[in-house]
Amino acid sequence: MEKRVTFQGWLLPLCLVLPQILVSAVFFFYPAFQAVWQSLFIPDPFGLSSRFVGLGNFEFLLTDSYYRTSFFTTAIFSTLVTVVSMVPALFLAVLADRLIKGAGVYRTMLIWPYAVAPAVAGVLWLFMFNTRVGVVSWYLGQLGYDWNHVLNEGEAMGLVVVASSWGRISYNFLFFFAALQAVPKSVIEAAAIDGARFWRRFFTIVLPLLSPTTFFLLVVNIVYAFFETFGVIHTITSGGPQQATTILVYKVFSDGFVGQDLGSSAAQSVILLVVVGTLTVLQFKFVEKRVHY
Amino acid sequence: MTLRTKIIAGTIAAMSGWTSTAIAATEIQFWHAFTGRLGDLVAEQVDTFNKSQSDYKVVASHKGNYSETLNAGIAAFRANEQPNILMVFEVGTATMMAAKGAIKPVHELMTEVGATFDPSAYIGSVKGYYTSTDGKMLSLPFNSSTPVLWVNNDALKAAGVDPSTDMSTWEQVDAVLDKVKASGSKCPLTTAWQSWIHLENMSAYHDVPFATKDNGFAGLDTELALNGPVQVKHIQTMGDWAKEGKFMYAGRRNEGGANFRAGECALFTESSAGYAGIKAEAKFDFSVRPLPVWKGVDGAPQNTIIGGASLWVMQGHDAEEYKATAAFLNFLSSSNIQAKWHQDTGYLPITIAAGEKTKADGFYDKNPGTDIAVIQMTAKEPTANSKGLRLGSFDQIRGIIDEELEAVWSGDKTAQAALDSAAERGNKLLRRFEQANR
Repeated sequence: MEKRVTFQGWLLPLCLVLPQILVSAVFFFYPAFQAVWQSLFIPDPFGLSSRFVGLGNFEFLLTDSYYRTSFFTTAIFSTLVTVVSMVPALFLAVLADRLIKGAGVYRTMLIWPYAVAPAVAGVLWLFMFNTRVGVVSWYLGQLGYDWNHVLNEGEAMGLVVVASSWGRISYNFLFFFAALQAVPKSVIEAAAIDGARFWRRFFTIVLPLLSPTTFFLLVVNIVYAFFETFGVIHTITSGGPQQATTILVYKVFSDGFVGQDLGSSAAQSVILLVVVGTLTVLQFKFVEKRVHY
Repeated sequence: MTLRTKIIAGTIAAMSGWTSTAIAATEIQFWHAFTGRLGDLVAEQVDTFNKSQSDYKVVASHKGNYSETLNAGIAAFRANEQPNILMVFEVGTATMMAAKGAIKPVHELMTEVGATFDPSAYIGSVKGYYTSTDGKMLSLPFNSSTPVLWVNNDALKAAGVDPSTDMSTWEQVDAVLDKVKASGSKCPLTTAWQSWIHLENMSAYHDVPFATKDNGFAGLDTELALNGPVQVKHIQTMGDWAKEGKFMYAGRRNEGGANFRAGECALFTESSAGYAGIKAEAKFDFSVRPLPVWKGVDGAPQNTIIGGASLWVMQGHDAEEYKATAAFLNFLSSSNIQAKWHQDTGYLPITIAAGEKTKADGFYDKNPGTDIAVIQMTAKEPTANSKGLRLGSFDQIRGIIDEELEAVWSGDKTAQAALDSAAERGNKLLRRFEQANR
């Protein structure tokens, strides 16, 4: 039977949830409301005057074919970042899980990149792939490949994906590793006795048991790719070449904080909020059905 | 008196002594965007001013790059904590001008505090960028430069080209690039700030409009005109050069400078203020030439326009602080300070007197080529097409131009298609700016 803690009266429970409600109100509801409100105006940068335009900002954005292309760019970018940050993390976690000697050192080394801020990671990768002095681009040049992410759109996308995913691999590794440790040894041993080899055991037993973690990471990583990657884009490509790496959140940042167009920027964040909200709801509705807790 | 009251009394005495000295000098805040050598030079200017008198004290703070400094100023204004003086790059000029309740025009400040101020002392093509259509100075030009052609003489010699060869037209440059390319160079020509040099200055230099309504000076209802035949011809030629390997695109800002200073590129179009860096790092013989023009364009060469930043005085401070601000701005415009700044940095002098002093000091004789930018800017009286640019959302429009030019360099678009698209996209932003500031 389920255990339930019950309170007498409502004062104590209210006091207990109040901090959470306050934090949500101050850091989420208030700014979100502000964004929605601001998206209905075209203000001047200094806040001296503001013109009400109704849905004019949304109309301005959605009739812009470049903005619509940005949705497509974002979809590609987010999918790639999610895959590139989750698959290697799972692979490394499986390897680390089998280690007996030196597991601690190995783990620590793998977690390190997470401590590097996205913008700094961007600079690191930019230096490695710099078309003039980059180590990697130099070796590629030796192999006869002319690396130029300044003009080549595919290479630019590849670079920002790798730079955004790199630190994330550590984060995902940590969760996968913890989940792997929780897989009951008895089940695995039983399968081994039945003659299942490692990869078969992995795909038929371990992976399904990891599904709650995988699902959690999927949601969290997509949110990360949508919202937290503008530092990387800003330092590496500034959205270029042309608009190859202009993802939605980078456009929010550059229109608002470089272009001083706060109305459009606010409208874009509202659109982004709706997109990510919808995506998360869809994930919970359809993907979660396949998760075994 | 107990020990405790003694301590409190002592503390109060010490504090009041400290505050009274602080009150004696009026303190004003100056936010700028300079680091490194330029930052040191600004700090030196401020220090010289503070030591030259005891009534006023200027506190200078670095607030990030140009965009970040402008943002910091705007955010501070919204929080009612704006500095007295804010450095704003030339691209932000229209934004500042439109914010009438946030800024105090320099001419107004000078009349208000009764300071001596003679607008005619400033170089026309420098102050023109920051002057209203009826000739009133709105902000004080601080660092101004103009694009020139930097030449790696050694690279030309290696390609069998006489370094003193005439390169005053793009046709002549084309011939030089062919020879340099034939000698096996991977980078015959590169550039910094592509929109500023190859569209904005290119237009002014050939006396064709970059935007209607006198490049935006005559009204917010301006539209981009950067897709005219002269601009299209220039950009298409550069696109062809990119395809043929005669022009190497390095990036949207001044990334190409690293290639040139390392000796990899023969020619480099960059600001005259690139002087300090090139002089310090280049291990080859270099020279500086005027920006080339296209043959057969009427009125070319006209004059080039400036880039850089000016100082804006912010609203909302008391009379004493405005006096201090006026005194500091006048100090910065004085000949000695300006001449030193010009000689140290390669930025243009803002007053005629500072230019003459530099000449009298013999600086141009000792550093040949350093006067080319000044001559290029001042040889002709500016026209409506070459006074400067005043466009809202200009930072974003430059971003759009960068994107479209990249499409030309990579061969995805023709110059005509790219510039048409840039004009169309830019015009949408101009209309929004007009809407926000009507």
